[in-house]
Amino acid sequence: MMDVMGFFDIVLALALPWLGWRLLASSDLFRAVVLFISLGLLMSLTWVRLQAPDVALAEAAIGAGLTGALFLSALRRLERLSESERRLEHAGKREEDETIPPEKRRRAKPVAYVLSLFLLVVFVLLLGWSLGQTPGAKGGLGPAVAGQMGQSGVQSQVTAVLLNFRGYDTLLEMMVLFLAALGVWSLTRVRQTQQGEVPGPVLATLVRLLVPLMIIVAGYLVWIGSSRAGGAFQGGAVLAAAGVLLLLANVTVVRQVPAGLLRWALVLGPLLFLLTAVACMGGGGNLLEYPGQSAGVWILFIESATAVSIGVTLAALYAGGRPPAPSAPEKDNEEGPGSGVDKGGKA
Amino acid sequence: MNTLFLYTMSGLALFAIGLHGLIRSSHLLRKILAANLMSSGVFLIMIVGACGTDQVMIDPVPHAMVLTGIVVSVSTTAVALVLVCLVQETTNRALLWQKRKRGQGGRTDA
Repeated sequence: MMDVMGFFDIVLALALPWLGWRLLASSDLFRAVVLFISLGLLMSLTWVRLQAPDVALAEAAIGAGLTGALFLSALRRLERLSESERRLEHAGKREEDETIPPEKRRRAKPVAYVLSLFLLVVFVLLLGWSLGQTPGAKGGLGPAVAGQMGQSGVQSQVTAVLLNFRGYDTLLEMMVLFLAALGVWSLTRVRQTQQGEVPGPVLATLVRLLVPLMIIVAGYLVWIGSSRAGGAFQGGAVLAAAGVLLLLANVTVVRQVPAGLLRWALVLGPLLFLLTAVACMGGGGNLLEYPGQSAGVWILFIESATAVSIGVTLAALYAGGRPPAPSAPEKDNEEGPGSGVDKGGKA
Repeated sequence: MNTLFLYTMSGLALFAIGLHGLIRSSHLLRKILAANLMSSGVFLIMIVGACGTDQVMIDPVPHAMVLTGIVVSVSTTAVALVLVCLVQETTNRALLWQKRKRGQGGRTDA
């Protein structure tokens, strides 16, 4: 048994760089993105092998799933943008041209290529050497965390670190996510959907079946996060996946979510988290120092709010822009992420 | 112990491949993919460092940090992808280097 797992480890450890190399070397961007998604799934297997189930869940949902969806939608948008130009130039010729240059340049300037490769190898060897020199504290902060678990209010060590011991990390992370949404919203507006883009019967049925299930799974992940693998980020990611599915299916409910509700859903998590953090100072404690024995309740409260916001934010990032102006016809709105919240309320 | 070393090498290789791709590839989308590869390599090395053995317990702090890192990298990826789309909209291509063929001239500011 042990040998089988050892063999599996070797294959996995070799497959990761190989996939990475293949995806960067492939001349087709779509293929590169698909390889990237499969690399994410293999990474998530690796996390399981390395005893990090929390990270595995997050990687599968966010690293492979949502990042892949982001890349695919960006690719589609790029292709749609270049289509008009391509019609002017030689059909289909440009795509090839723009993806081949690395090899062409490589042949054109071998000295530069060899030099860059040499520098890279030296740099990586130095990095590896410095990794080897790093003093390995046995167990790191593991014993310290285990010693304080009684006061954390939860049973899962990772959740305790995320929301209690190093709560400010997570607070700032929420702010980064919020800033990303603000950045995307300030840069672009959601493109008007093509009229009459109706999902096929398979997709429509799938959405009807999957979305409620995903909302339940998200709730379960947030709840179970206090004692096992799971938590706000994994739950939020599943919620976001439901939002992406709704966006893809172009459901009518999705388009009728008022922009105001969407904005509040985006702000909800970071705002409540920040208010809680500051409120903790009111009792004479430090930032995010939950008073007394109530840490568990506070953590659950923050996690629920942040999970909703993470879901809405990630889905809004997928939508790739702020909702269309209020003056635009209501039927053209393509801002679906909020609907996940709506349904969450009903469920 | 041997497997952990193997995974460390794997993470190092991922980082190197990502760095190489980040420098060498001309298409901006591929550059973002490469940056994501680099972050995956870093995460792998961090988690290997946190891995417990029979007598040492698992360190949950790097796990939490990698969780944070995954969310931060998806945020930056989303913003970067929107920027790439804008670059293509304004310059008609999402490349850092323009082809010298067909008399299209020097470099684009991308």
